[in-house]
Amino acid sequence: MELDSVMLSRMLTSMTLAFHIIFATIGVGVPIMISIAEFIGIKRNDPYYLLLARRWARGFTITVAVGVVTGTAIGLQLSLLWPSFMEVAGQVIALPLFMETFAFFFEAIFLGIYLYTWDRFKNRMTHWLLTIPVMIGSSASALFITTVNSFMNTPQGFDLEGGKAVNIDPIAAMFNPATPSKVFHVLTTSYMTAAAVLAAIAAFAIIRGKRSEYERKALRLTMICTFIFSILTAVAGDVSAKFLAEVQPEKLAAAEWHFETEEGADLILFGTLDENNEIKYEIRLPKFLSFLAGNSFDTKVIGLNEFPEDERPPLWVHYMFDLMVSIGFFVLAVSGIYILLDKIKRFNQLNKPLLWMIVASGPLAMLAIEFGWIYAEVGRQPWILRGYMKVSEAATTGDGVGLTFILFALLYLVLGVICVFVLIRMFKNTPAEAELEQRFPNL
Amino acid sequence: MNLELLGITVLWTFLYGYLIVASIDFGAGFFAYYGKITKKDHLINDLISRYLSPVWEVTNVFFVFFFVGIVGFFPSTAYYFGTALLIPGSIAIILLAIRGSFYAFNNYGSRNSTVYLFLYGATGLLIPASLSTALTISEGGFLKVENDKVVFLAKELFASPYSWSVVALSIVSVLFISAAFLTYYADRANDRGARAILRKFALLWSPPTIIASLLVFVSLREHNPVHFNKAVSEYWWMFALSLICFMIASYLIYLKRNFGTAFIFVMLQFFFAFFGYGASHLPYILYPHVVLHESVTNETMAVALVIVFVLGLLLLVPSLYLLMKLFLFDADYVKGKKQ
Ligand code: HDD
Ligand code: HEM
Ligand code: HEM
Repeated sequence: MELDSVMLSRMLTSMTLAFHIIFATIGVGVPIMISIAEFIGIKRNDPYYLLLARRWARGFTITVAVGVVTGTAIGLQLSLLWPSFMEVAGQVIALPLFMETFAFFFEAIFLGIYLYTWDRFKNRMTHWLLTIPVMIGSSASALFITTVNSFMNTPQGFDLEGGKAVNIDPIAAMFNPATPSKVFHVLTTSYMTAAAVLAAIAAFAIIRGKRSEYERKALRLTMICTFIFSILTAVAGDVSAKFLAEVQPEKLAAAEWHFETEEGADLILFGTLDENNEIKYEIRLPKFLSFLAGNSFDTKVIGLNEFPEDERPPLWVHYMFDLMVSIGFFVLAVSGIYILLDKIKRFNQLNKPLLWMIVASGPLAMLAIEFGWIYAEVGRQPWILRGYMKVSEAATTGDGVGLTFILFALLYLVLGVICVFVLIRMFKNTPAEAELEQRFPNL
Repeated sequence: MNLELLGITVLWTFLYGYLIVASIDFGAGFFAYYGKITKKDHLINDLISRYLSPVWEVTNVFFVFFFVGIVGFFPSTAYYFGTALLIPGSIAIILLAIRGSFYAFNNYGSRNSTVYLFLYGATGLLIPASLSTALTISEGGFLKVENDKVVFLAKELFASPYSWSVVALSIVSVLFISAAFLTYYADRANDRGARAILRKFALLWSPPTIIASLLVFVSLREHNPVHFNKAVSEYWWMFALSLICFMIASYLIYLKRNFGTAFIFVMLQFFFAFFGYGASHLPYILYPHVVLHESVTNETMAVALVIVFVLGLLLLVPSLYLLMKLFLFDADYVKGKKQ
């Protein structure tokens, strides 16, 4: 592996995106949770939920800030690192990028209002209404940016003539075949991850001995949401796999180490691959790949051998895919068990092992987001615009990418560490009990 | 008006918007830091944070809007500036990142960390300096195209008097705009202590603004005579109006009267100067490589962008109005009586 400017540009892009996506996911998911909590709080006149919404919103301001600045970094870096790609693709895909900025704008305005008007309206519902534009803004920006990423996977809406894009149809480019499944999966996973992260925090507080009404209600709400969103995530993941089987079969085949086109293909979990592409130590689910690809155990699944060697994605994405799916089922199971124990009063849903598993679900869900993206992106290799432009043709020719990489690595390190530090301090300094007493003295 | 002119006008307007709101923000950071080290923070910092807290994210979006828009409308700018500005652009991003996040860390997290406030204040002056470099480069002479490779001539940039005069202008403008606005805000808040300090700042930074502008003119004449001649022959009246507005604004602030009107004149001062500069810069976006009508994106996309823009404004203008109504024009909020 040579560290030329192509390689360095890829590393820098991946690093920025991998960092941004943490905050972006929180940015898409947490407003939903805040909104739900505030709504329940107002409807039931329950101060615990109102406090929950307030405290989540307070932490959210910190993550939003980091999301905004890293997002700005990506926006500029796309032009700085991939000038040729942006010059060609920009002709076709500028529209959703532009719309995304409107979505951000909308979100930013109402978030600003929301955060500083808790006690300003006579009718508390007015304040809750402000969460709606925030949710719309953040989910819409995820939608628009995901159409851009979908376009890179299944480009359409233009013709390429002599290196120039002509006959452009921006709407067709936005609503390319990959858009529906991708948007669905990206949104559901963001909601799921946000709920799981908040549940992990509540569970951790309970483990540390804070077993008041506040923590219990927080855990219950977040677990129920995690469960619902996990189911939706699995459905969306299944839709994505079926989409891949039909439109981008090399990506699915690479994830499944599926070489020969066949009917009744087996699903391979983990395992190892030797130099002759022999699979060992795997868990084999007979005919399940066919089922994943087309809802029937004898669907024909296209294998990697149909593609020229130099157009096959790296095969290690298999592990990324498997880890993502495993985490998905783990979180689904944990939240399902919690809800079950909660319903059946005989059992204690607050037992240590389950609480620890809930604590693990939060970071794991975030890891699944990372694995999912790495799978989706590396699985597109060697293309930056599938079928049109390879990554190696798109990178900047400028010098100094290496230096920039180091600078940004330092930046993200500092931001990441301080962000966590500030969040911990923020909640340690004002414990929930104290705040509850102060805000709702007659409770 | 053809599409490319419409496009660049819209984008330029947004950049102007950014210039104003970001200057307020950048300068405020500097004043807040200054207030802290000179132990005057109890006088001005609450006021500053009351204004900034709800709006800082909006400020940032103005900027994103501009660069996403310019790459969308004029994709070849991405190619030239993108290749050339890797290092300076990255430094600007890093500064912006430090600034935004440390603002939040300081303001919502651990109140009153001097280090955070320093980072926040210092970047407020460095960012305008580094962003203005993009405008400097657009004058030409700092990029070279060699067998299909765009090369950035950093040495020339550092040795150029023009480049430094632009940096100087950007910094003093930030301080002037910001002080003028905050004086008005303090006045609305009926906060005499803060008003007195901020008014002093405004008066202090007012003459340097004009001196720096003159320096820019003089050095532009050396650096890009084509642009300079166009500016003084066709658009001299814009710059004259700018000067008049400046004088009215400074006079009002001096008289301690009508701080609101004074700030409007400051905005007008920069409006005329900024649009005079922009108009005389055309038809070049990046002299001499990127020309307005050659670099515009395809017609379908341009039309689509314009439509989205109009629809977007319908959404944004009422929302922005609501934001201003709640935090800028609500006297009780400004006075700190509402949280
Ligand atoms: C919480 C995170 C998470 C979880 C639990 C899952 N996924 Fe996922 N997955 C993502 C997070 C994610 C993602 C980050 O959202 C990706 C990356 C790019 C994309 O479109 O979504 C993704 C991509 C992605 C793709 C590639 C889509 C494409 O490139 O077009 C497929 C086929 C799946 N997923 C399938 C699944 C299945 C069958 C799951 C089983 C439950 C699953 N995912 C769970
Ligand atoms: C809309 C969102 C995204 C866009 C437009 C995008 C675009 C790109 C581009 C231009 C590259 C470099 C070219 C390439 O290697 O294919 C890239 C690579 C990569 N991206 Fe994405 N990306 C997006 C989302 C993400 C996210 C959220 C992550 C991580 C969590 C991610 C992970 C990666 C990785 C790991 C690579 C390197 C692939 C390799 O070099 O083999 N991407 N992406
Ligand atoms: C609601 C959640 C998200 C937030 C809050 C967020 C934050 C941001 C911000 C603030 C920007 C710069 C624009 C601005 O300053 O307003 C940005 C740009 C970007 N984000 Fe995110 N992001 C989100 C979702 C995502 C997702 C899900 C992805 C990847 C799939 C992503 C990838 C990108 C890319 C590629 C850009 C650059 C494109 C542009 O310039 O518009 N973002 N993001």
